Amino acid sequence: MKRTVSYVLFYSVPIALWVILAKLRVWPPYIFPTPWGVVEALWAGFADHSFWIAIAVSMRRMLVGYGVSVVFGMILGLGIASSKFLEETVGGLLVSLQSLPSICWLPIAVLWFGLTEKAILFVVVMGSLLSVTISMETGRRQLPKIYSMAGRNLGAKGLQLFLYVTLPASLPYIVTGLKQGWAFAWRSLISGEMIFVSLGLGQLLMMGRDLNDMSQVIAVMVLIIALGYLVDGLVFKTLERRLEERWGLVPAATA
Amino acid sequence: MTPTPNSRTATPEAGSEHRLARTALLHPCEGNDFRVFPARTPASTPKVALNDICLAYSVNAKGKLIALDHINLQVQRGEFLCVVGPSGCGKSTLLHLVAGLQRQTSGEVLIDGRAVVGTGTDRILIFQELGLFPWLTVAQNVEFGMRMKAAPMLERAAKVDRYLRLVHLRQFKDSYIHQLSGGMRQRVALARALATEPDVLLMDEPFAALDAQTRDLLHDELERIWAETGRTIIFVTHNVREAVRLGDRVVLLTFRPGKVKSEYCIELARPRHLEDLEVASTARDILNDLREEINKSLEAEYDHEANR
Repeated sequence: MKRTVSYVLFYSVPIALWVILAKLRVWPPYIFPTPWGVVEALWAGFADHSFWIAIAVSMRRMLVGYGVSVVFGMILGLGIASSKFLEETVGGLLVSLQSLPSICWLPIAVLWFGLTEKAILFVVVMGSLLSVTISMETGRRQLPKIYSMAGRNLGAKGLQLFLYVTLPASLPYIVTGLKQGWAFAWRSLISGEMIFVSLGLGQLLMMGRDLNDMSQVIAVMVLIIALGYLVDGLVFKTLERRLEERWGLVPAATA
Repeated sequence: MTPTPNSRTATPEAGSEHRLARTALLHPCEGNDFRVFPARTPASTPKVALNDICLAYSVNAKGKLIALDHINLQVQRGEFLCVVGPSGCGKSTLLHLVAGLQRQTSGEVLIDGRAVVGTGTDRILIFQELGLFPWLTVAQNVEFGMRMKAAPMLERAAKVDRYLRLVHLRQFKDSYIHQLSGGMRQRVALARALATEPDVLLMDEPFAALDAQTRDLLHDELERIWAETGRTIIFVTHNVREAVRLGDRVVLLTFRPGKVKSEYCIELARPRHLEDLEVASTARDILNDLREEINKSLEAEYDHEANR
């Protein structure tokens, strides 16, 4: 209850300020939108289904791209953690590659795949793959050896050992990296969609700019923030809470 | 050495016949001469046989550390064998070899006369640090070995129930490991090992981290479970009194390289108790033997410090 009160207090000040400034008409509405204009744009967008379609398209790209990142990132991370050769070669490359903004992969993607869905997925994968890889690698190193020894001792072998022991045991160590990977994938996707015009939330944002429709620009931005918040709350917060229930104090993960 | 006149001729106290049905008998095992194996043919194939086991680590280009040096040991079916020695004598390593988690440099480990290759659920090791899985409930931990074997659901559930009952943890079956006390975790590890129904149970200083009361309780429970299930147990400890309390036989290893120094048959009547006079005096005799090795290990440590 107390929390709701502080929320209301905290947000009412900037919103009130916004309303006052909009009422005073200091700047024209195509530069400084009114709050009710943004609400109307949100309403209209959902009413004519264009927001629903954009959300569906963007989310589908996220699920595919992020899914690929998680699978390959884990495989790559495990490989680097268990092979001295890979560690010395690919290991050093990872950090330098991660400093490259993922949108830099778009020209290559367009040349390789053309203006297709594959190109945008490529950008999403390149944006999040490395953070998953790095966290899986450090997670695997921090993982106490006792779990896999106990697993082998109880008869687990090969893939079984990986699925039932190594993977669940390393989850607390990699959850931060998975979360970070999601955030990176989300940013890569939106920036990709903004440049590369084919549906999705990023394209809606650019369409707002093209039509000089400031209300729509703000509405889409609100939508992007809301979606990020929702996924974090529904997926990752739940995951973290469940891990804490099981492990007690979750082992500190360094990403 | 101080004489212990009462230890070998102690007479049973009134009202405690079950404790001391016989007088304490402490002597190097006769008729079980491990040094001449396999020339001597035993009455039946031993459950576990270590034949001439050597294990060496290469420390650097020229240096080699010999951890285990020509170990010969036999454990009969249903026997409770305790292995004691100073820290660093390779007693844990010995268990890892039997479990198949590590490979010896030469020699062989035989189970029922067949050489061990890799791990197998016929011998389960209870680690010193337990290695319980924190992401699984108590019941799922106990079930783990059976799940790996893809045993039928109903059978799994029945066995989980049975072994959790055996260690008195049935009401905690849905708890996670971090919610349990040290002694309870120890019992989960025991149930998890027993549930795969191994012929041989390997225990690596399992009670070292527990308080004295909990340890006493678990000694009683382990002795009872051993009697009920008839498993062969190899129990490693640094605590001689614990070894005498539990074992049919106590094997003493030397400090680096680990060799069998001596062997004692403990013929005290069961159930035994840690505070029994006979347990204490028997332990004292073994401890005198062990002290020499402990001193060697301490010296090695000091030398190491001095050389740095």
